[in-house]
Amino acid sequence: MSWFTLRSLRLAVLAGAVFLAAPGAASARTEIYWWHALQATLGERVNEIAAKFNASQSDYEVKAIFKGSYPETLNAAIAAYRAKQAPHIVQVYEVGTQTMLSSGAVYPVFQLVKDNNITIDWNDIIGPVKTYYSSGGNLYSMAFNSSTPILFYNKDLFKKAGLADKAPATWDEVEAMAKKLVASGAKCGYSTAWPSWIVMENMHAYHDQPFADHANGFDGLATSLKINGAFGVKMLELLQRGAKEGWFTYNGRLNKAEASMGGGECGIFTTSSAYIGNLTKTAEGKFAWGTGSLPRMAGYPQGNSIIGGATLWVMKGAKPEENKGVAQFFKYLASTENQAWWAGVTGYLPLTQAAVKAMEASGVYTKAPALKTAVTQMNAGKSTPNSQGLRLGNYGSIRDAIEEQMENVFAGKKTAKQGLDDAVAKSDDVLKEFAATYK
Amino acid sequence: MKRTVFRNRWLPYVLVAPQIAITVVFFYWPALDSVRLSLYRASPFGDIKIFVGWGNFARLFNDPSYLRSALTSVMFAFFVTVIGLALALLLAALANAKIRGLAIYRSLLLWPYGIAPAIAGILWLFIFHPSYGVLPYVLSFVTAYQFNWFLKGWVAMTLIIVAAIWKQFGYNLAFYLAGLQAIETSVLEAASVDGAGPIRRFLAITFPLLSPVTFFLFTLNMTFAFFDTFGLVHSVTQGGPGDATSILVYKAWKDGFENLQLGISAAQSVVLMAVVIVLTAFQFRFAEKKVNY
Repeated sequence: MSWFTLRSLRLAVLAGAVFLAAPGAASARTEIYWWHALQATLGERVNEIAAKFNASQSDYEVKAIFKGSYPETLNAAIAAYRAKQAPHIVQVYEVGTQTMLSSGAVYPVFQLVKDNNITIDWNDIIGPVKTYYSSGGNLYSMAFNSSTPILFYNKDLFKKAGLADKAPATWDEVEAMAKKLVASGAKCGYSTAWPSWIVMENMHAYHDQPFADHANGFDGLATSLKINGAFGVKMLELLQRGAKEGWFTYNGRLNKAEASMGGGECGIFTTSSAYIGNLTKTAEGKFAWGTGSLPRMAGYPQGNSIIGGATLWVMKGAKPEENKGVAQFFKYLASTENQAWWAGVTGYLPLTQAAVKAMEASGVYTKAPALKTAVTQMNAGKSTPNSQGLRLGNYGSIRDAIEEQMENVFAGKKTAKQGLDDAVAKSDDVLKEFAATYK
Repeated sequence: MKRTVFRNRWLPYVLVAPQIAITVVFFYWPALDSVRLSLYRASPFGDIKIFVGWGNFARLFNDPSYLRSALTSVMFAFFVTVIGLALALLLAALANAKIRGLAIYRSLLLWPYGIAPAIAGILWLFIFHPSYGVLPYVLSFVTAYQFNWFLKGWVAMTLIIVAAIWKQFGYNLAFYLAGLQAIETSVLEAASVDGAGPIRRFLAITFPLLSPVTFFLFTLNMTFAFFDTFGLVHSVTQGGPGDATSILVYKAWKDGFENLQLGISAAQSVVLMAVVIVLTAFQFRFAEKKVNY
């Protein structure tokens, strides 16, 4: 099969999917289609949310439909929108935020809620989440699954290496401990999932360093990355040395590296707090683990870690009655009951202050202290223009360009400075192209 | 060939219409749409389209990563084709011998072809995986060298080449086997009588007589390696590490479907279309004439 028939096939499949998902049979309840990208355990939780909402009232029926990975879901939504068959709600990962904001295809959530006379206390939404997805102080998409990276460590391997049962707080400690772990026979001292998100994006924000110009894209379309400065180079040189000396193991992009933490190979590991649910299951009966805040680099100011995950966007073009249902559904999503339950079973952040309090009161945190780590870390951070998030056009290509060069650096093919310079050059080209499209 | 005469002059057109319709809808229409889109800078949601003419192509050909990707593809296709064909020919010659249980061997050798590229990729991923793969585990007893294809480009490349060869192996073998069986035994026997050894017989008779098959398989494998290995790369290496295994098809898909740069992705598929056209023309032109039957 050639590439072209492959492309046609995709078109055909997309078209088919659109037809299947199109609001069809007349039903007493107004149907709301919600396309999402969460699978396995998380997918079941999503279905639970829909089922609970459907049982709570009789006017609307939310149908949660899994559409593949984040990029696949976004693509499906784009194809459907262009065919005028868009779902009402689509879950889009943070990488797609600028794309959605610029698209002209969305119905801003604050507007939708206002137009339908529903009250949701937006001020109760936790700061980092609210700023990330707001424009001009108004929330454009409904906060849903947000996480932030934290540090995990394998207590059994720590014990074997003669280390105290305590997470490393600085990168110097990570290095020292990882060396001891490897010396005691651990296959991997330190590793990380989501290489660019954690080591580049979050580390810059966490140390109050700029990632891109125009306040990381919040004051206007970003045109240039700033990661090839002293901080970025230092960060990457550290891990390059780690890879060479054997105490840092690179295990791939996305969340692929998580298999090495779950498999009990790694002593120290950084990934999204949403990994807690999974690790609890995987490690059960095999090894004990703990969590801690992200490690800090000495000599740099305090910023805050940034969030990842996805939000729910409302597509334009639905009937008023359907939009009303969407607004009702969002009110349910924002409820303390739902938020506290969701954060407790997944490891995602509770999105409202009320939910944080409810979780504290219910004793979830004493039972599973790991769930508290992300909240503690974010509360300890300082909100600065460098730590409110990242808003970059074609963010996906940029992350790609950065991770490509990180791999070259870890493999020793380029110096950290050279790799980052190349990543910036490529990213700036991508940003220029984006700006030229939406000028 | 028998010439069929239809009474009704419209009937033949009606009969071929479904096939034509499918070709037009699923091939010509998207292909032409790609050509059109390649001339625009387009937003993902299709609300903005800015005509840039040759712009996307100029960007492509000035982009070192695209040129690297082209080189990677050529290298990949070359190794997959040459090693794949050599191995298939060797095993076909062996499978053509008169031995017991021949049917079983043949079926087993043909099996891999029935497997989708993505599945083949996953199988090899399990074998090669640095943490839980069998091969790195076995190799760790032999050498201290780390075969981590998350970091080492050549290991990743070797992995997808091996997987692609394995995937296409049954197909190549089937054609070679058929080719070998079509060779008159009397010719080989005559050579034997004249004192030619098995190697001489193979080089002087079998191989030249197989040249049409070889040529056909060569073009076909090149096309396979260039265009049909997307699933393999997608499931195993995702183009990495760095851009070590980012072949043209994968890059076009990634830029379009993951990075949402539709214009530049369309330009890449137009370039690929040109390559297919050249390859096909090449086959039609030379397959019939220059190959020694």
